[in-house]
Amino acid sequence: MSTGTVATFEDSLERLEVGWTHTSSDELGDVLREVCDDPAVGVPLPFGAPLPEWVNTNPTPADLREAKAGVTAAGIGIADYGSVVVQGTPDGVEPVSLFCDRHVAVLRQSDIVSGMPEAFEWLGEEFRTGHSSAIIATGPSATADMGALVKGAHGPKDVHVVILDE
Amino acid sequence: MSKAREAKAAKIRQLMETEGDAVNTGTSGFNQGRYESVQTLDDYEGLKSEARAIKEDAIERLPELIDELRETVEENGGTLYIADDADDANRYIREVCKDKDAERVVKSKSMTSEEIEVNEALEHAGTEVIETDLGEWVLQVADEAPSHIVAPAIHKSRDAIADLFNETFDPDEPLETAEELTMFAREQLGELIEDADVGMTGANFITADTGTIALVTSEGNARKTAVVPDTHVAVAGVEKLIPTVEDLQPFVELIGKSGTGQDITSYISLLTPPVESPTVDFDDPDTPITDGETDRDYHLVLIDNGRMTMRDDDQLRETLYCIRCSACSNVCANFQHVGGHAFGGETYSGGIGTGWEAGVEGLDSAAEFNDLCTGCSRCTTACPVEIDIPWINTVVRDRVNRGDVSELDWLVEGLTPDEEPGGVSFQKRFFGNFETAAKVGSFFAPVSNWVAQSSISRNLMERFLGIDARRELPAFQRETLVEWFDARGSRVENPTRTAVLYPDVYTNHVQVERGKAAVRALEALDVEVVVPDVRSSGRAPLSQGMISTAEDHAHDVYAGLSEYIDAGHDIVVIEPSDLAMFRGEYEKFLPEQSFERIADSSYEVMEYVFGLLENGADADALSVVDGDEVAYHSHCQQRTLGLEGYTEAVLSDLGFDVATSDVECCGMAGSFGYKSEYYELSMDVGSELKSQFQTDETRDRTVVASGTSCLEQLDSLLSRPTQHPVQLVAPSR
Repeated sequence: MSTGTVATFEDSLERLEVGWTHTSSDELGDVLREVCDDPAVGVPLPFGAPLPEWVNTNPTPADLREAKAGVTAAGIGIADYGSVVVQGTPDGVEPVSLFCDRHVAVLRQSDIVSGMPEAFEWLGEEFRTGHSSAIIATGPSATADMGALVKGAHGPKDVHVVILDE
Repeated sequence: MSKAREAKAAKIRQLMETEGDAVNTGTSGFNQGRYESVQTLDDYEGLKSEARAIKEDAIERLPELIDELRETVEENGGTLYIADDADDANRYIREVCKDKDAERVVKSKSMTSEEIEVNEALEHAGTEVIETDLGEWVLQVADEAPSHIVAPAIHKSRDAIADLFNETFDPDEPLETAEELTMFAREQLGELIEDADVGMTGANFITADTGTIALVTSEGNARKTAVVPDTHVAVAGVEKLIPTVEDLQPFVELIGKSGTGQDITSYISLLTPPVESPTVDFDDPDTPITDGETDRDYHLVLIDNGRMTMRDDDQLRETLYCIRCSACSNVCANFQHVGGHAFGGETYSGGIGTGWEAGVEGLDSAAEFNDLCTGCSRCTTACPVEIDIPWINTVVRDRVNRGDVSELDWLVEGLTPDEEPGGVSFQKRFFGNFETAAKVGSFFAPVSNWVAQSSISRNLMERFLGIDARRELPAFQRETLVEWFDARGSRVENPTRTAVLYPDVYTNHVQVERGKAAVRALEALDVEVVVPDVRSSGRAPLSQGMISTAEDHAHDVYAGLSEYIDAGHDIVVIEPSDLAMFRGEYEKFLPEQSFERIADSSYEVMEYVFGLLENGADADALSVVDGDEVAYHSHCQQRTLGLEGYTEAVLSDLGFDVATSDVECCGMAGSFGYKSEYYELSMDVGSELKSQFQTDETRDRTVVASGTSCLEQLDSLLSRPTQHPVQLVAPSR
């Protein structure tokens, strides 16, 4: 991963009108506070950075329905498209990333790949080693079925990407 | 006009009025988006070829891949069921729902589920089915059929949807904006999904190595459908199988760009069910979702329903490569104006719809709309898996012709100069044998033209041949191009090359002046010209689905030209649709080497002029001007061959100021615009070209067009004279 890849990723997010913030593990809590409205739900991140306590990591269906923000990890980012790959896990990444108005995806900078060929190399390995679900998510959910493009169909109306620099 | 033609014309007229505007806005937007989006790829053509190769391989090895998939799905803990047909699939799905005591099934969008009509089957068995794709839900509420394979409610305007919702649901505040309508639907459907017992999805792709399904969506309803209920039924055609996860990559990059013109859709869900994600039980809203065990059930129902027979069919097999992106619908001028309710069968619509309908429903369903493909070929370069969609339409037309044999056909068969058996309509035979009519027409011209234009003749032609009386007929010239040239001879003193000017049937009999201009232009550039008497290319019979006749033409044309090719001469073609035969369809009719020889030796006339000028010919020998303004309409097949730029370049080099139209097709398409059942559609399609040539910027420009049909159409659309570009650049004598 080169700085060029990160810049391309950011350009793609810009094009998608998806916000992003660079931060470190230590300051992750402050950044999340800025980008999450209450109530927020989340799934503990697999790469060590702890989520602040105000993020409910043990949500019920009622919590999911009420939540304004859902914080999850993203496995990789895809620079050319501004996509984040959200891997469904037993602790609920898929519903948490799907039901809230805003999805906040936390991504390590080193996990940004340049394009789809690199992404599928990674995905092939993930699926062959037993992962059962990965969503290549690009921007918020959207529809044009009602006569004009509307952001926020069945899924989040807005996405924010937090990039963890090491 | 016959009753059947009148009924068809009336249906098309009604759809143009009620749905045409909404369909046109939607499809034209998608099509424009495609042009812009594919430019973001470094190697678009390479990616398409890669996708094509994966599909070719997968369909070739399909039985083996199905065996592999069965193992992986079972290993994952799911069940694979191969359904022979719709009834078989529906019976299985009903049983799954019965076992679960399912009261409600929520579905994400799937054309295959439309094909098998699973909603009706489940509802008969007492299970409620809810479509969660917003467009599909609109249609479910309205009780209408999809008009587009990707955007099913594309024929409904925002106003129409607002009226529908306000009448059906009577909300506190009337709904008006797209935002309001979407949020209303999101809320209604959200509740319905929360209580669902079974989630049903389609699958855009299935990988044999891991049993992973890929769902291409933007709304997020497929994600909810797959994750909320504990039972997931995925329904897909057997052709959706590809070997590995990595094979998904070109398709993921191509499908959104090709279809709706999005670089990528919001969500590509890659799922190897049963997935590990916890179910979300809204009946138990206060228990954390991760408490307790998730026990998911997964059924993959792969449907044959005619596909394995298509796989054995050398002509229809390509249809199975289709990834249902809708590019062929969106790029199609006729589709843009009528939509899938006219340009569609039982389930599938658009150009490739013919192949699907012929394969899964039968020829009758395909025959209903197959004529709407004019063979313009604009879809062939739009298709992300390089399917020759016009050829599939031609094959189906040929089969429809052959399938409809009446008692009197032996008589017709004996009287017509073609290779077709009975069943071909008088109308198709007339247009297919146009060369014969043209020979007679020239022989008796101008009397034949006077007779043809008389009201009695037009009346008879409309009744028996379905030639619309509102169309002006081509005027045959007494002296053909071949005769003129025979008498005149070549007039070049020190030729640098020799070229055969191919006397296509229109140039030879009707548009003789453009042929003469081409001879003068080539001679001015020191090319010795010969104009031999060679048979017509076979384009006319091919467009009527008369494949044997077209093939017969191909052999004769090759025989007529091969000696010249052997002598190292170039073949120069004025009519783009004939050049497209030489470079395209002849591959199917001639031995490989013969095809390559004729394809490699043939040039479109302005392409050839461009080449001569590039290689040092003196442009001053042509007609050089100072900024004369022209409006140029290329030709659909010429654009597909990538040749319009040569005409633009030559005209610009000679000092013309060129404005080029950007419509996909003029709407005339050979015989199509003459047919009384399609005349009004043809004129409606042409209206876009007309308006492009009547803006402040283009109104006073000299109009030039490359194709005969385009010139005929422009003549009826505009009050200005039209001509072929070579007539502008040729010296006057």
